[in-house]
Amino acid sequence: MEILVCVKRVPDTAENEFELNSAGNDLDRDDLVYSVNEWDNYAVEEAIQIVDKAGGSVTVITVGDDESEEVLRREMAMGANNGILLSDDAFEGSDGLGVAAILKAEIQKGNYDLILSGAQADEGAGQVGGMLAAMLDMPYASLVNKIEAGDGKITVGREIEGGNQEMNEMDLPCVLSIQTGINEPRYVGIRGIRKVASVDIPVKGASDLGLDAVNVGEAGAKTKRVDYFVPDMGDGAEMLEGSTDEIIEKLIEKLKANGGL
Amino acid sequence: MTQIFAYIPFINGVAADVALEYPSAAKKIDEGASLTAVVAGSGADLDKVANEMTSIYSQVIKIDNADLAYPNAEVVRKALVNILPTDAVFLTAHDTFGMDLAPGLSVKMDSAYAADMVDFEGIDGTTLKAVRQELGGAVSTHVAVDISSGAVMTVRPGSFAPVDGGSAGGSVVDKSGDAGDLSTKRKFLEIVAAEVGDVDITKSDVLVSVGRGIEDEENIEIAQELAEAMNAVVSCSRPIVDAKWLEKSRQVGTSGQTVKPKVYMAMGISGSFQHMGGVKGNPFIVAVNKNPKAPIFQVADVGIVEDILDFIPELTEAINDL
Amino acid sequence: MTSIIGPASFKFFGIFPAVILSFVLPVIGIGLFAYIMARRVAPLVRANPDSRFDQIGKRVKNLIIVWLGQIRQPRYMLAGVLHIFIFAGFLILSIRSTSLVIVGFSDGFVLPGFGGPLGSIYNFIKDYAATFVLIACIIAAVRRGIFKPKRYAVPENYGKDHTAEAVFVLGIIATLMISESLFEASELAYEFQHTGIEHFLAPLSLVWIFKGILSSASPNILQGLHIFTYFVHDLTFFFFLCFLPMGKHFHVITSIFNVFFMRVEKGKIKPVMHGVSDDKLDDLESFGVKKLEDFTWKHMLDFYSCADCGRCSDQCPANAAGRPLSPRFITIKARDLIFKNYPMSGEIYKSNLLVEDIYTEDEIWSCTTCGACEEECPLGIEYIDKIVDLRRGMVDEGMVPQSLQKPLKALEKRGNPYGKMEKKRADWAKDKEFKASYQIKDLAKEKADTLYFVDSITSYDDEIQDIARRTSIILEKAGVDFGILGKLEKDSGNEVIRFGEEMLYQDLKEQNIEAIKESGVKQIVTADPHAYNALKNDYSNLPSVKHISQVVAQKITTGELDLKPCLNPDKVYVYHDPCYLGRHNGIYEDPRQALDAIDGLTRVELEKSRDRSFCCGGGGLMLFYEPEEEIRMGVLRVNMAAEAGANVIVTACPFCLVNIQDAIKVAGKEGEMEALDFTELIEQHLE
Repeated sequence: MEILVCVKRVPDTAENEFELNSAGNDLDRDDLVYSVNEWDNYAVEEAIQIVDKAGGSVTVITVGDDESEEVLRREMAMGANNGILLSDDAFEGSDGLGVAAILKAEIQKGNYDLILSGAQADEGAGQVGGMLAAMLDMPYASLVNKIEAGDGKITVGREIEGGNQEMNEMDLPCVLSIQTGINEPRYVGIRGIRKVASVDIPVKGASDLGLDAVNVGEAGAKTKRVDYFVPDMGDGAEMLEGSTDEIIEKLIEKLKANGGL
Repeated sequence: MTQIFAYIPFINGVAADVALEYPSAAKKIDEGASLTAVVAGSGADLDKVANEMTSIYSQVIKIDNADLAYPNAEVVRKALVNILPTDAVFLTAHDTFGMDLAPGLSVKMDSAYAADMVDFEGIDGTTLKAVRQELGGAVSTHVAVDISSGAVMTVRPGSFAPVDGGSAGGSVVDKSGDAGDLSTKRKFLEIVAAEVGDVDITKSDVLVSVGRGIEDEENIEIAQELAEAMNAVVSCSRPIVDAKWLEKSRQVGTSGQTVKPKVYMAMGISGSFQHMGGVKGNPFIVAVNKNPKAPIFQVADVGIVEDILDFIPELTEAINDL
Repeated sequence: MTSIIGPASFKFFGIFPAVILSFVLPVIGIGLFAYIMARRVAPLVRANPDSRFDQIGKRVKNLIIVWLGQIRQPRYMLAGVLHIFIFAGFLILSIRSTSLVIVGFSDGFVLPGFGGPLGSIYNFIKDYAATFVLIACIIAAVRRGIFKPKRYAVPENYGKDHTAEAVFVLGIIATLMISESLFEASELAYEFQHTGIEHFLAPLSLVWIFKGILSSASPNILQGLHIFTYFVHDLTFFFFLCFLPMGKHFHVITSIFNVFFMRVEKGKIKPVMHGVSDDKLDDLESFGVKKLEDFTWKHMLDFYSCADCGRCSDQCPANAAGRPLSPRFITIKARDLIFKNYPMSGEIYKSNLLVEDIYTEDEIWSCTTCGACEEECPLGIEYIDKIVDLRRGMVDEGMVPQSLQKPLKALEKRGNPYGKMEKKRADWAKDKEFKASYQIKDLAKEKADTLYFVDSITSYDDEIQDIARRTSIILEKAGVDFGILGKLEKDSGNEVIRFGEEMLYQDLKEQNIEAIKESGVKQIVTADPHAYNALKNDYSNLPSVKHISQVVAQKITTGELDLKPCLNPDKVYVYHDPCYLGRHNGIYEDPRQALDAIDGLTRVELEKSRDRSFCCGGGGLMLFYEPEEEIRMGVLRVNMAAEAGANVIVTACPFCLVNIQDAIKVAGKEGEMEALDFTELIEQHLE
C-alpha cells in the first residue's frame, strides 16, 4: 500500500510557555521551540505499521519553509521512506484551503492508496484532511483511532463522544485524520535524524506544481489570522485566600450553599 | 442579508445543547441575519427534533432519508451541498461530527472555512471577525473570514449563551426531496461502546475530579476519602486514565463522559477545553490548583491556590468534623 | 607381597593392564574438554570488542583479593564460608588431582619437590582440605536440598529450578573427596598390615577415618578398593571437568578470568563500541545490544561465570519492589540462549532481538542503575553496562516508552527534561528573600574560582530549588568564590547516557564542557550526586569536581565552617547513602562526618548502608518512568529507616529527597518521619 502522510511543523506546546510580544499582537517567538505536530507522529507510526504488515511505502509531505525539512527528517528517521517539501514564498499565508490545494497538486502526481494526516494541530483547525478528501473526491474519516487494512477496503474506527468508537467501512483510496492513542509512536533521537540527514528531499514550488499564486498564499486565503491576544475571561473564579483553615471554612460554607454538602 | 444555517446534531431524538447556543452565535455574527435550523435524519426521532426546533428557530429545514438514520458526515455533506444556498453561512458544533463534516463541506460549497469559534465580533463588509483559541488555549487569535461566497464554521459548544426556547413559532420545511444522490464510499458499521466501569459518574450530583496534580497513583486514595466525606464520586481528567490510575469510565471530557453534576470539585485539573467540554449543566465549580495561572480558575466559581496533596486531606478532615 | 599394586602395574583379571585405562580416560577427558571449550569460546570470538587489558595492577589486585581472597563471600556468612572452604579445598586438591592422573602411568609418582617434608606438609593439609570440602558439601547440600533458602528460588516466569544441578554437583565433589581418600587409605592400610609401618595421618581427617575402618580388611579387598577408587576418581574427575562448562559450575573455570577482567573503574559507562571514539559514533551501523553477539566478550564471559548464587537479585531494589527485573535472570536467560544458539554440535543459530526474545522492555527499563548487584557479585559480573547497552539498542530501534519520550525530547530541545525555558534555569536565585541577601554570579558575565553546577531538578523543581539556595549559602559562608552557568548549563545527562540515549548525552556533554571551559573555573561543586558522577566520571578533562558534602566536611576540619549544636536534639537522624555518591563514588564518610560535627545530633545507621545502601527509586529520567511494581522502593527504604529507630532521614541527593518525601506520604508516616536534604540540615546549623 502506498501511503502519504501530511505533517506539519508547529510550536511545541509541551515545551513552550507562550507569551505575547511587546506589541501584544503576536507570539513572542524568540524562545519558541518547534517540532512535528504530535498527532502527525501517530499518523506516521500508523502508516509505518500498515506498511510493515502489508508492504508498500510511506511518504511524508509538508507545506512550509526550509525549516520544515527538519520535521520531514524526523518522520523519515521513524521509518518513512520518502519526504517531499512543498515550499515557495507564494505559499506563505495560505489558509487551510490553500494548504489543501497545494497538497492536492502534488498528490495528484502520485498514486496513493491511503492519505493520512493528524486529526488536528495545536495551532490549527483540524481542516486539511477533510478539505483534501473533498478536493480529491475521496472518502474521508476524522479522529481515526483504529485502522484495519483490507483488500480495496479499509475498516476504520473513529473516536466519538463518550469514549465510544464509531466503526466504518471505507473504499480505498481514502483520506483519514489520525487521533492520538491509536498506537505508540516510536522514539526518534538525534542519531536517527543524522542517519537520514543526507537523504535527498525534493523541494517543490508553485511552478513545479502548476499552481497559480493567486489561488494560494495570503492572496487566496479566505480566512486570515489577524492577531494574537490573551483573552479576557471575565471575572473568573472568586479566589479564596488566607490560612488553609480559613479557606476551608469559607469553602465549606459555599459548598453548603450550593448543594455540595 | 446574511443567511445563517445551523446544523442540529441529535442522538435518540434529543437535540444537543448547542442547538440553544446557535441563536446567540448568529446574533453576534449579524444581528439582522436570518437563521435556519437544519435537521437531518430519519423517522420519528427526526420529526420530534424538527418540531422541537420550531420553538427556537423561525425556520427549520428537515432532511429525511433512510441513509441518514445514522449521522454519517459523508452522507450529510452530500445532502447539504444540494440543499444549502451557495452563499450560506453554515454553523455546526465543533464536535466529532462537526470536525468530520465541515472542512470538506467548505470545499464543496466553495466557501471560507473557520473552525472552533468561541466568539464573533460582527461583519464589516464581507469580512466576519471571529475569535478562536490556539496552542491549547494559551492564546486567542482574531481571524478575519471572507464570507462573500459563504462560510462553513464550527462553533465550540458552550461558548455562546443558550437562549430560552419556546417562542419562535417556526415552521418545518421538508427538503428531503432535494437531497439528491446520497451514496458514499464510507459505510457506517456500528458503535463500539466504551467499557462500562463500576461507577456511573454521570449520575452523581457531586464529583471530586482529579487531574495531573494528584501526581501519583497512591494519592488517588485521598480523593476517594474526600469523595466519601462529601457523598460524592471520584472522576478524573484524561492524563489520569492514560496513566491507568483510574478506569476510562471515570474520565470527564470530550473524549470521556459528559457529566452534569451540581458541584464539580476540580482538584489539580488545569481545565483544558477538552476536559471542561465534558462538564455541562453549569455546576458550581471549585478549583484547587497550585498554579495560580491555571485556566481552570477562569471557569471556576471558587478558586484556591494550594497543593491538592496537602489541601484535600485537610478538607476531608474538616468535613468529617462537621 | 609387601606393597599394594598401583593402577600403573595392575592387571584386571590378571591380564588386562589398567594402565591402558589410565591412559585412555585422560586422553578422552582432555580431548572432550578441549572440544567443549572450543565450542564455548565461539560466541566470545563473535562478540563485540572490549578493552580489558589496561590497569593490570588493579586487575592483579582484584585477582588476589576478590578471586583468591574471596573477599566478597562472607557478605553472606554461611554460604560464603562454605564456599571459601570448597574453593580453598579445590585449590589445594588440584595439585593432588593432577599428580593422581600421572600415578595412573607411574606407580608412586610424586610431583617434583613433593618428595620430602614439603610433601608431608602438603599431604597433611590436603587430607584436611578433602575432609572440610566433604563436610562443606554435605552442609551445602542439606541447605540447598532441604532448607532451600529463598534466594535460590526460580520464579515461574524465569524457567526451571536449579536445585537438582546444584545437589548433583555437590555429589560429584563429595565423590571426588571420598574416592581420593579411600584410594590413599586402602594403600596405607595395606602397607600397615604387611610392614607394620604407620604413616602419620592428620587426625580425624577422611583418610585417617577410612584407614581406621579398613585396618582389618582383607588384602584382596584393599587391593580391589585401591584400584576401584582410583578409577572412580579418575572418571569422576574428567567427567566433572567436561561437565563444568555445561552450566553454572562453569565458574570453576572462568572465575579467575572473569575477576581479572572485571570492572576496575566505577561510575563510568562503557563506550558504545570499544575502540570507536565519540566523534566517530555516527559511523556505526547500529547502537547497543540488540542481538546476542552485540554483547562484548567480557559480558559473554559474565554469562558463563554466573554461579547462580542469587546475591545480585537479593540486593536488587527493583526486584525487592516487585518490578519485572531480577539481575540474576538477566544473566541466566542470556546463558541459556548462548547454550541454545551455540549447541555442542551442529549449526550455530542466529539470534533474534533480545528484548523480544528473552527480555522484556519493562525489565530493561526497570533498572535504576544503583549498582547494588555489581557491588555484591563475588565473581565481578557487570550489569549496568549491559542494561545500558540493551537500552542503547532499544533507543536505536525506537522502542522507548511514551512517558520517556517527552522528557527526552525536552532535553533535546531545552536541555532539561521538564521542557522549561533555558532562560529560567537560574530563577531559583531570584527568590525575593534570597536575592535580598545573596547575589549569585553568572559566570557568563563574571569570573569566579568555583562553578556551582546546579543541574536540572534543582534548577527547575519548585520543591527542590531550596537545595540550590542552601548550597549557595553554605558555599558563601565557607568563603568559596563561586558562580553558576545560568542558561548555559544543560542537564548533566547522567541518566540520559544510562537510559541509552547516547547521542543526546554527547550533545549535552559537549555543551556543558564548552560552557565550563569558557568560564575558566578551577573547580566544580555540585549538590546533585548524579551531576557529580557525570561530571567526574563520564565527562573528561574537567577541573576537579566535589560534592557539597565533601566541601562541608573539609571546611569543618579546617575550621572555616562552624556548626551550632543540634536544633532538634530529640530527633533521631539516619543518613541514607545516595547510590551515585556512595556506591558509585565511594563517598560514605564525608556526609556522616559533617552530621557528626553537629553537637548533640543523635544518628543511627541503617542496616543497609554504605555499599549496601538501598536505592530510593532512582533519579533523573527514572522519575518519568512508572514501572509495574508491587511496592515503591522508597516505601521499603522508609520502613527500613523506621525500623532503625530514626525519624529524620537525611540524604544528600535531590532525587532521594523527592522519592523519600513521597514515600513517607505513601507509607502513611507523615508527621512521624521527615526527609531532609544534607544542605538543609547543614544550612540550619550554620553559625
